[in-house]
Amino acid sequence: MSLNRRQFLKCMGLAGVSTGAAASTAEASTAPHAGNDWHAMLTDLTLCVGCRKCEWACRKANGPTDPGPIDAYDDPSVFEQRRRTNSISLTVVNRVGPTRDDEKPTFVKSQCMHCCEPACASACLVGAYRKSKLGPVIYDESVCIGCRYCMVACPFDMPAFSYNSPTRPAIHKCTMCFERLAKGDGAPACASICPVEAITFGKRSELLALARRKIAAEPKRYVNHIFGEYEAGGTCWLYIAGRPFEELGFPANVGTRPYPELTKGLLSAVPFIQVIWPAVLMGAYAFSHRRETATSANDARDTTEGTEPGSES
Amino acid sequence: MMNHAGHMTTSATLLRGDWLPRPSVRGHLRSYVTPFNVVAAAILCIGAPVTVNRFVNGLAATTNLTDDVPWGLWIGFDVLCGVALAAGGFVMAATVHLFGLREYQPLVRPAILTGFLGYFFVVIGLMYDLGRPWRLPFPMVYSPGVTSVMFEVAWCVALYLTVQFLEFCPAIFEWLGLRRWRAWAVWLTTGLTVFGVLLSTLHQSALGGLFLIAPGKLHPLWYSPYLPLLFFASAVAAGIAMVIVESMLSHRVFRSHVEHHDERQMNRLVLGLGRAGAIVLMAYFCMKCLAFAHEHGWHLLRTPYGYWWLVEMLGFILCPCMMYAIAARRGLVWLVRVASVVTVLGIVLNRLNVSIIAYRWDAARRYVPDWQEFVITITIVTTGLIMFRWIVNRMPVLHDDPRYEPVH
Ligand code: SF4
Ligand code: SF4
Repeated sequence: MSLNRRQFLKCMGLAGVSTGAAASTAEASTAPHAGNDWHAMLTDLTLCVGCRKCEWACRKANGPTDPGPIDAYDDPSVFEQRRRTNSISLTVVNRVGPTRDDEKPTFVKSQCMHCCEPACASACLVGAYRKSKLGPVIYDESVCIGCRYCMVACPFDMPAFSYNSPTRPAIHKCTMCFERLAKGDGAPACASICPVEAITFGKRSELLALARRKIAAEPKRYVNHIFGEYEAGGTCWLYIAGRPFEELGFPANVGTRPYPELTKGLLSAVPFIQVIWPAVLMGAYAFSHRRETATSANDARDTTEGTEPGSES
Repeated sequence: MMNHAGHMTTSATLLRGDWLPRPSVRGHLRSYVTPFNVVAAAILCIGAPVTVNRFVNGLAATTNLTDDVPWGLWIGFDVLCGVALAAGGFVMAATVHLFGLREYQPLVRPAILTGFLGYFFVVIGLMYDLGRPWRLPFPMVYSPGVTSVMFEVAWCVALYLTVQFLEFCPAIFEWLGLRRWRAWAVWLTTGLTVFGVLLSTLHQSALGGLFLIAPGKLHPLWYSPYLPLLFFASAVAAGIAMVIVESMLSHRVFRSHVEHHDERQMNRLVLGLGRAGAIVLMAYFCMKCLAFAHEHGWHLLRTPYGYWWLVEMLGFILCPCMMYAIAARRGLVWLVRVASVVTVLGIVLNRLNVSIIAYRWDAARRYVPDWQEFVITITIVTTGLIMFRWIVNRMPVLHDDPRYEPVH
């Protein structure tokens, strides 16, 4: 990341000046997003069969280590425990249910949601995250200091950290195969490999329309909810499912407010505190000082502030 | 002429080599074998290899952190508690230098020293915790992420560490006998104090603000949009309480430095602080109640976390508040001291609740610190104590240097 002039001035000023600027920058990044042109993904959970080929393809495309033979991913025993994304598997498939005998299980693929207004990006103190113009939220390891605040901030708990690396620990998360998209090389690895076409790649607006069409066409098959349309201010990864999303382990409490707004109030209070607080404190100082001067006129000369530097010597 | 004397003292101090371990005379060496030193040495002997392990083998080898719980003891205790408990520096400096309550002057320097060392070791703790500590200056000079609350914290802590060092400079220059330098440092006092209070207000509250972005992860009894205010109010309470605790301990441990202190006067100050503590804790308690009402958490009270929250609210906020009030009214110095200890424990409990105990309380695998995390934390605290003692034994901190006018 290069340092442009504005940022440079910002950092050279007092912390005050720079944190004061924070509020305005936050506003800029949360300007109403059209987002229609963003690349996005739609996962239809009623189609997913839990073959985990997407996990294999993702590791093959992005993983730090070799994914191993694809057949090994058929083993259903991994479903016995709920897994989350980690520094090796940027996407994971979990099985939910069945709760009754006559019910089919639902398989849930999870990965970074590529939020329209990402919490991770607003939380990172070195600006390592960026909402790219193409839509994916991408991360730049070269500036990351490894504070892991982005992991605290992400409402979907997606970023993972390579704790085991002593010299190059970093955040790992899905990039929506950003490099491939940037080159125009077609759909991300998971969408390309999925044998049942449970994952559709496209523009966000088109996918929302597609999801609505699907739900309207088969209202029995789907719950009437596109997860990601409004969640956390909207995401570029969308889901439709046959069961309520809370039951499938999706966070129920993310709300529809973009996450960066949660800290905006605090950051915009900073400039006010910077102006008002010193004034109040100096007022208190002047007041107590005057009172003292009045009560003990002789003493006043000896107070520190009355003393010129060096005059003691 | 004075100047001359000043220079003489400097060179004398330098020649004496006061900052070096004294010459290894046998009897002298034996005098180092005190219970404190033995325990401290043992701790450092365990801490050193664990430190090596941390930096050679990484965080996975030394901590129990997970992808779900990325912050543990080092952030929860070393950073959050460290900063809150170091608040005494700005509270006392403001009391004396800005609000003109000069009788509290003897408590300023120890408070500033504790504050400075506190922040210094917060940064050391952070170095252990950061994945790439060598990139510590990145947020300031290379790649600022201005939309981050953490960015505000980083800047304020860095600046405030500097401010506190400058605030402590008069003591250093008195020790070295640099009169002219001391006069400059003293001249800066008011400006530094104002700046220090401003920075403290900003980052103490911002530390609470860090969790604003994690509403779904922090238990609703602790999550509140007012977290910044709560953190600030509790930091002031912690600062006052720490000054009381510290004066109590210092006066036991460094008896020789405070011989000529007027016991009566000291007790009056402690009672005064107790009164202030009662007011601040009451305000804090009310804010917590408001935050609670705002979140509509009644139904949560009858859960294990609800009981735990009540323990914090009643046992560690309201109870010390009452103790302070009663003690101040009846003039019971010992009760003020008890209350201050309970307050300190309460603030520590609060910070641990927010950052660890009530954070991801629903996680499948709860985080319990690795023994090595405890070792590092204890090592850092011990090193802080050693440095505190080293400085107090040399510089005019607990007592005035008779050669100088006290700084008001
Ligand atoms: S899901 Fe998490 S990591 Fe992905 S963009 Fe949103 S906040 Fe960032
Ligand atoms: S861990 Fe790295 S990417 Fe995440 S907030 Fe910290 S510096 Fe930014």
